Amino acid sequence: MSDDHHHPHDHDHGSDSAHDRPLSGPALRVKALESLLAEKGLIDPKTLDEIVDTYEHRVGPRNGARIVARAWTDPAYRQRLLANATEAIAEFGFIESHAEDMVAVENTPQVRNLVVCTLCSCYPWPVLGLPPAWYKSDAYRARAVLDPRGVLKAFGQDIPEDIEVRVWDSTAEMRYLVLPERPAGTEGWNEEQLASIVTRDSMVGVGTVILPAGAGA
Amino acid sequence: MTISCPPEADRTVDLTALPALPRDDAGPVFRAPWEAQAFAMTLELHRRGVFTWPEWAGTLAEEIARAKAHDAWDDGSHYYERWLAALEALVARKQVVGTADLSQRVDEWDRAARATPHGQPVLLPQR
Repeated sequence: MSDDHHHPHDHDHGSDSAHDRPLSGPALRVKALESLLAEKGLIDPKTLDEIVDTYEHRVGPRNGARIVARAWTDPAYRQRLLANATEAIAEFGFIESHAEDMVAVENTPQVRNLVVCTLCSCYPWPVLGLPPAWYKSDAYRARAVLDPRGVLKAFGQDIPEDIEVRVWDSTAEMRYLVLPERPAGTEGWNEEQLASIVTRDSMVGVGTVILPAGAGA
Repeated sequence: MTISCPPEADRTVDLTALPALPRDDAGPVFRAPWEAQAFAMTLELHRRGVFTWPEWAGTLAEEIARAKAHDAWDDGSHYYERWLAALEALVARKQVVGTADLSQRVDEWDRAARATPHGQPVLLPQR
Protein backbone atom coordinates (compact mmCIF):
# COMPACT_ATOMS: atom_id res chain seq x y z
CA MET A 1 0.00 0.00 0.00
CA SER A 2 1.31 3.41 -0.78
CA ASP A 3 1.35 5.96 1.99
CA ASP A 4 -1.26 8.28 0.61
CA HIS A 5 -3.90 5.64 1.12
CA HIS A 6 -3.50 6.18 4.85
CA HIS A 7 -3.98 9.93 4.57
CA PRO A 8 -6.71 10.45 2.04
CA HIS A 9 -7.19 14.08 3.03
CA ASP A 10 -3.60 15.18 3.00
CA HIS A 11 -3.29 15.31 -0.74
CA ASP A 12 -6.04 17.23 -2.40
CA HIS A 13 -5.20 17.18 -6.09
CA GLY A 14 -8.26 19.15 -7.08
CA SER A 15 -9.83 16.17 -8.75
CA ASP A 16 -10.87 14.60 -5.45
CA SER A 17 -13.75 17.03 -5.24
CA ALA A 18 -14.87 15.80 -8.64
CA HIS A 19 -15.65 12.26 -7.60
CA ASP A 20 -19.36 12.87 -7.90
CA ARG A 21 -19.08 14.49 -11.29
CA PRO A 22 -20.25 12.58 -14.34
CA LEU A 23 -17.01 13.50 -16.10
CA SER A 24 -13.82 12.98 -14.15
CA GLY A 25 -11.72 15.99 -13.12
CA PRO A 26 -9.05 15.90 -15.83
CA ALA A 27 -11.48 14.84 -18.57
CA LEU A 28 -13.66 17.81 -17.69
CA ARG A 29 -10.70 20.17 -17.71
CA VAL A 30 -9.53 18.86 -21.09
CA LYS A 31 -12.98 19.32 -22.57
CA ALA A 32 -13.19 22.85 -21.18
CA LEU A 33 -9.75 23.80 -22.48
CA GLU A 34 -10.42 22.24 -25.87
CA SER A 35 -13.70 24.09 -26.31
CA LEU A 36 -12.13 27.44 -25.38
CA LEU A 37 -9.20 26.89 -27.75
CA ALA A 38 -11.53 25.82 -30.54
CA GLU A 39 -13.59 28.99 -30.07
CA LYS A 40 -10.44 31.04 -30.42
CA GLY A 41 -9.64 29.20 -33.63
CA LEU A 42 -6.42 27.78 -32.17
CA ILE A 43 -7.31 24.15 -32.55
CA ASP A 44 -9.55 22.08 -34.75
CA PRO A 45 -10.98 19.01 -33.03
CA LYS A 46 -10.63 17.05 -36.26
CA THR A 47 -6.91 17.79 -36.41
CA LEU A 48 -6.57 16.58 -32.83
CA ASP A 49 -8.09 13.24 -33.78
CA GLU A 50 -5.63 12.93 -36.64
CA ILE A 51 -2.68 13.66 -34.37
CA VAL A 52 -3.75 11.01 -31.88
CA ASP A 53 -4.26 8.49 -34.64
CA THR A 54 -0.87 9.23 -36.16
CA TYR A 55 1.08 8.81 -32.96
CA GLU A 56 -0.91 5.92 -31.62
CA HIS A 57 -1.21 3.77 -34.70
CA ARG A 58 0.82 5.00 -37.61
CA VAL A 59 4.11 6.01 -36.04
CA GLY A 60 4.56 3.62 -33.15
CA PRO A 61 8.15 2.44 -33.09
CA ARG A 62 7.97 1.40 -36.75
CA ASN A 63 9.66 4.50 -38.13
CA GLY A 64 12.60 3.95 -35.84
CA ALA A 65 12.78 0.27 -36.78
CA ARG A 66 13.08 1.18 -40.47
CA ILE A 67 15.93 3.56 -39.70
CA VAL A 68 17.78 0.89 -37.73
CA ALA A 69 17.24 -1.72 -40.44
CA ARG A 70 18.62 0.58 -43.09
CA ALA A 71 21.65 1.40 -40.96
CA TRP A 72 22.28 -2.34 -40.61
CA THR A 73 22.08 -3.01 -44.33
CA ASP A 74 23.56 0.16 -45.80
CA PRO A 75 26.98 1.14 -44.37
CA ALA A 76 26.83 4.57 -46.01
CA TYR A 77 23.48 5.25 -44.37
CA ARG A 78 24.85 4.09 -41.03
CA GLN A 79 27.68 6.61 -41.39
CA ARG A 80 25.24 9.40 -42.20
CA LEU A 81 23.01 8.42 -39.28
CA LEU A 82 25.84 8.48 -36.76
CA ALA A 83 27.28 11.69 -38.18
CA ASN A 84 24.02 13.64 -38.39
CA ALA A 85 20.93 11.75 -37.28
CA THR A 86 18.57 14.67 -37.84
CA GLU A 87 19.39 14.79 -41.53
CA ALA A 88 19.64 11.02 -41.96
CA ILE A 89 16.20 10.54 -40.40
CA ALA A 90 14.81 13.37 -42.49
CA GLU A 91 15.67 11.28 -45.56
CA PHE A 92 12.68 9.14 -44.55
CA GLY A 93 10.49 12.19 -44.09
CA PHE A 94 9.65 11.38 -40.46
CA ILE A 95 10.94 14.47 -38.74
CA GLU A 96 8.35 16.95 -37.61
CA SER A 97 8.75 20.54 -36.65
CA HIS A 98 9.58 19.87 -33.04
CA ALA A 99 12.77 21.79 -33.45
CA GLU A 100 14.75 19.13 -31.66
CA ASP A 101 17.88 17.56 -32.99
CA MET A 102 18.24 13.83 -33.14
CA VAL A 103 21.39 11.99 -32.20
CA ALA A 104 21.96 8.31 -32.93
CA VAL A 105 24.17 6.41 -30.50
CA GLU A 106 25.51 3.03 -31.47
CA ASN A 107 25.68 -0.08 -29.33
CA THR A 108 28.81 -2.16 -29.84
CA PRO A 109 30.21 -5.25 -28.13
CA GLN A 110 31.97 -2.81 -25.76
CA VAL A 111 29.32 -0.10 -25.28
CA ARG A 112 25.66 -0.10 -24.29
CA ASN A 113 23.62 3.09 -24.55
CA LEU A 114 20.58 3.98 -22.45
CA VAL A 115 18.25 6.92 -23.10
CA VAL A 116 16.29 8.75 -20.44
CA CYS A 117 14.78 12.16 -19.83
CA THR A 118 15.41 13.00 -16.21
CA LEU A 119 13.41 16.24 -16.23
CA CYS A 120 10.22 15.25 -17.97
CA SER A 121 9.83 12.75 -20.76
CA CYS A 122 11.44 14.11 -23.89
CA TYR A 123 11.17 11.28 -26.35
CA PRO A 124 11.76 10.98 -30.10
CA TRP A 125 8.06 10.79 -31.02
CA PRO A 126 8.49 11.06 -34.78
CA VAL A 127 10.50 7.84 -34.79
CA LEU A 128 9.26 5.92 -31.75
CA GLY A 129 5.65 7.06 -31.35
CA LEU A 130 4.38 7.66 -27.83
CA PRO A 131 6.53 6.85 -24.83
CA PRO A 132 5.61 3.81 -22.74
CA ALA A 133 4.46 4.35 -19.16
CA TRP A 134 7.71 3.16 -17.62
CA TYR A 135 9.68 5.78 -19.56
CA LYS A 136 7.57 8.45 -17.88
CA SER A 137 7.80 6.94 -14.40
CA ASP A 138 9.77 8.62 -11.63
CA ALA A 139 11.51 5.30 -10.98
CA TYR A 140 13.00 5.12 -14.45
CA ARG A 141 13.81 8.82 -14.72
CA ALA A 142 15.54 8.86 -11.36
CA ARG A 143 17.38 5.57 -11.55
CA ALA A 144 18.57 5.53 -15.15
CA VAL A 145 21.33 8.01 -14.35
CA LEU A 146 22.15 6.88 -10.81
CA ASP A 147 22.11 3.17 -11.46
CA PRO A 148 21.91 2.35 -15.17
CA ARG A 149 23.13 -1.20 -14.69
CA GLY A 150 20.44 -1.79 -12.09
CA VAL A 151 17.81 -0.43 -14.47
CA LEU A 152 19.08 -2.61 -17.31
CA LYS A 153 19.05 -5.59 -15.00
CA ALA A 154 15.41 -4.85 -14.19
CA PHE A 155 14.75 -5.13 -17.90
CA GLY A 156 16.46 -8.48 -18.00
CA GLN A 157 19.78 -7.14 -19.26
CA ASP A 158 22.72 -8.27 -17.23
CA ILE A 159 25.62 -6.13 -18.42
CA PRO A 160 29.09 -7.47 -17.66
CA GLU A 161 31.36 -5.05 -15.82
CA ASP A 162 33.76 -4.74 -18.73
CA ILE A 163 31.06 -3.32 -20.97
CA GLU A 164 30.64 0.42 -20.73
CA VAL A 165 27.13 1.79 -20.14
CA ARG A 166 26.49 5.30 -21.44
CA VAL A 167 23.40 7.20 -20.32
CA TRP A 168 21.96 9.94 -22.53
CA ASP A 169 19.70 12.52 -20.90
CA SER A 170 17.27 13.92 -23.46
CA THR A 171 16.25 17.54 -23.57
CA ALA A 172 13.70 19.56 -25.48
CA GLU A 173 16.35 20.27 -28.10
CA MET A 174 18.12 16.94 -28.24
CA ARG A 175 16.65 13.45 -28.51
CA TYR A 176 18.47 10.18 -28.76
CA LEU A 177 17.92 7.01 -30.73
CA VAL A 178 19.90 3.91 -29.87
CA LEU A 179 21.22 1.97 -32.82
CA PRO A 180 21.16 -1.55 -31.40
CA GLU A 181 23.47 -4.36 -32.47
CA ARG A 182 22.28 -6.50 -35.33
CA PRO A 183 21.67 -9.99 -33.99
CA ALA A 184 23.64 -12.92 -35.29
CA GLY A 185 21.70 -15.21 -37.56
CA THR A 186 20.20 -12.43 -39.66
CA GLU A 187 22.79 -12.61 -42.44
CA GLY A 188 21.07 -12.21 -45.78
CA TRP A 189 17.90 -10.70 -44.29
CA ASN A 190 16.50 -7.73 -46.19
CA GLU A 191 15.62 -4.36 -44.70
CA GLU A 192 11.97 -5.21 -44.21
CA GLN A 193 12.69 -8.48 -42.42
CA LEU A 194 15.18 -6.76 -40.17
CA ALA A 195 12.80 -3.90 -39.37
CA SER A 196 10.23 -6.41 -38.19
CA ILE A 197 12.43 -7.59 -35.31
CA VAL A 198 13.65 -4.19 -34.08
CA THR A 199 11.91 -3.39 -30.82
CA ARG A 200 11.10 -0.08 -29.24
CA ASP A 201 12.95 -1.15 -26.09
CA SER A 202 16.09 -1.77 -28.09
CA MET A 203 15.95 1.74 -29.54
CA VAL A 204 15.57 3.29 -26.06
CA GLY A 205 18.41 1.08 -24.90
CA VAL A 206 16.66 -1.07 -22.30
CA GLY A 207 16.58 -4.08 -24.60
CA THR A 208 18.49 -5.73 -27.38
CA VAL A 209 17.24 -7.08 -30.66
CA ILE A 210 16.80 -10.81 -30.48
CA LEU A 211 15.64 -13.31 -33.02
CA PRO A 212 12.04 -14.31 -32.40
CA ALA A 213 11.68 -17.94 -31.40
CA GLY A 214 11.68 -20.09 -34.51
CA ALA A 215 13.05 -17.42 -36.81
CA GLY A 216 16.28 -18.17 -38.56
CA ALA A 217 16.01 -21.85 -37.73
CA MET B 1 11.62 -8.04 -13.40
CA THR B 2 10.71 -4.58 -12.28
CA ILE B 3 12.35 -1.28 -11.62
CA SER B 4 12.14 -1.58 -7.94
CA CYS B 5 11.67 1.68 -6.09
CA PRO B 6 9.25 1.80 -4.51
CA PRO B 7 7.81 -1.70 -4.93
CA GLU B 8 4.17 -0.62 -5.02
CA ALA B 9 4.74 1.76 -7.90
CA ASP B 10 6.16 -0.83 -10.22
CA ARG B 11 3.26 -2.58 -11.75
CA THR B 12 3.35 -0.68 -15.01
CA VAL B 13 7.03 -1.23 -15.47
CA ASP B 14 7.24 -4.95 -15.91
CA LEU B 15 4.69 -5.03 -18.74
CA THR B 16 7.31 -3.99 -21.20
CA ALA B 17 10.38 -5.13 -19.37
CA LEU B 18 10.65 -8.65 -20.63
CA PRO B 19 12.44 -9.08 -23.91
CA ALA B 20 10.24 -12.09 -24.63
CA LEU B 21 7.03 -10.06 -24.70
CA PRO B 22 5.45 -9.39 -28.07
CA ARG B 23 7.47 -6.68 -29.69
CA ASP B 24 6.59 -3.05 -29.14
CA ASP B 25 3.22 -1.46 -28.72
CA ALA B 26 2.90 -3.51 -25.56
CA GLY B 27 0.73 -1.84 -23.00
CA PRO B 28 -1.39 1.25 -23.33
CA VAL B 29 0.33 4.50 -24.08
CA PHE B 30 -2.80 6.50 -23.28
CA ARG B 31 -4.84 5.27 -20.37
CA ALA B 32 -7.84 7.46 -21.14
CA PRO B 33 -9.11 9.49 -24.09
CA TRP B 34 -8.51 12.76 -22.26
CA GLU B 35 -4.80 11.96 -22.08
CA ALA B 36 -4.65 11.63 -25.85
CA GLN B 37 -6.63 14.86 -26.27
CA ALA B 38 -4.27 16.75 -23.97
CA PHE B 39 -1.29 15.39 -25.87
CA ALA B 40 -2.75 16.33 -29.25
CA MET B 41 -3.76 19.82 -28.12
CA THR B 42 -0.20 20.48 -27.03
CA LEU B 43 1.27 19.40 -30.35
CA GLU B 44 -1.24 21.45 -32.27
CA LEU B 45 -0.71 24.61 -30.20
CA HIS B 46 3.00 24.23 -30.74
CA ARG B 47 2.54 23.71 -34.46
CA ARG B 48 0.54 26.92 -34.60
CA GLY B 49 3.30 28.81 -32.84
CA VAL B 50 1.51 29.48 -29.54
CA PHE B 51 4.66 28.33 -27.76
CA THR B 52 8.04 26.89 -28.66
CA TRP B 53 8.97 23.31 -27.87
CA PRO B 54 11.62 24.29 -25.30
CA GLU B 55 9.01 26.50 -23.60
CA TRP B 56 6.68 23.53 -23.41
CA ALA B 57 9.32 21.12 -22.17
CA GLY B 58 10.44 23.64 -19.56
CA THR B 59 6.90 24.14 -18.27
CA LEU B 60 6.30 20.40 -18.13
CA ALA B 61 9.56 19.83 -16.26
CA GLU B 62 8.61 22.53 -13.75
CA GLU B 63 5.21 20.99 -13.21
CA ILE B 64 6.67 17.53 -12.72
CA ALA B 65 9.21 18.87 -10.24
CA ARG B 66 6.47 20.79 -8.41
CA ALA B 67 4.18 17.77 -8.24
CA LYS B 68 7.02 15.55 -7.08
CA ALA B 69 7.70 17.90 -4.16
CA HIS B 70 4.41 17.05 -2.46
CA ASP B 71 2.86 14.11 -4.27
CA ALA B 72 3.63 10.46 -3.92
CA TRP B 73 6.08 8.78 -6.25
CA ASP B 74 4.66 8.53 -9.76
CA ASP B 75 4.76 5.23 -11.60
CA GLY B 76 3.87 7.05 -14.81
CA SER B 77 0.12 6.78 -14.30
CA HIS B 78 -0.22 10.40 -13.14
CA TYR B 79 1.97 11.66 -15.90
CA TYR B 80 -0.76 13.21 -18.03
CA GLU B 81 -2.32 14.94 -15.02
CA ARG B 82 0.97 16.78 -14.75
CA TRP B 83 1.01 17.28 -18.50
CA LEU B 84 -2.46 18.86 -18.34
CA ALA B 85 -1.52 21.11 -15.42
CA ALA B 86 1.53 22.28 -17.38
CA LEU B 87 -0.57 22.96 -20.48
CA GLU B 88 -3.07 24.98 -18.44
CA ALA B 89 -0.23 26.95 -16.89
CA LEU B 90 1.42 27.64 -20.22
CA VAL B 91 -1.71 28.84 -22.04
CA ALA B 92 -2.46 31.08 -19.04
CA ARG B 93 1.07 32.48 -19.11
CA LYS B 94 0.74 33.05 -22.85
CA GLN B 95 -2.58 34.79 -22.19
CA VAL B 96 -4.34 32.42 -24.55
CA VAL B 97 -6.77 31.00 -22.01
CA GLY B 98 -6.95 32.59 -18.56
CA THR B 99 -7.36 30.59 -15.37
CA ALA B 100 -10.70 32.23 -14.53
CA ASP B 101 -12.14 31.61 -18.00
CA LEU B 102 -11.02 28.01 -17.80
CA SER B 103 -12.56 27.27 -14.42
CA GLN B 104 -15.78 28.93 -15.49
CA ARG B 105 -15.84 26.71 -18.56
CA VAL B 106 -15.13 23.64 -16.46
CA ASP B 107 -18.20 24.42 -14.37
CA GLU B 108 -20.30 24.91 -17.49
CA TRP B 109 -19.20 21.52 -18.82
CA ASP B 110 -19.84 19.99 -15.44
CA ARG B 111 -23.40 21.33 -15.33
CA ALA B 112 -24.01 20.22 -18.91
CA ALA B 113 -22.67 16.73 -18.16
CA ARG B 114 -24.92 16.39 -15.12
CA ALA B 115 -27.96 17.53 -17.07
CA THR B 116 -27.36 15.08 -19.90
CA PRO B 117 -29.03 11.67 -19.72
CA HIS B 118 -26.66 8.73 -19.75
CA GLY B 119 -25.65 7.63 -23.21
CA GLN B 120 -26.19 10.96 -24.93
CA PRO B 121 -23.46 13.34 -26.03
CA VAL B 122 -22.77 16.17 -23.63
CA LEU B 123 -23.18 19.58 -25.25
CA LEU B 124 -22.84 23.08 -23.89
CA PRO B 125 -26.02 25.18 -24.09
CA GLN B 126 -26.10 27.53 -27.07
CA ARG B 127 -25.23 31.04 -26.11
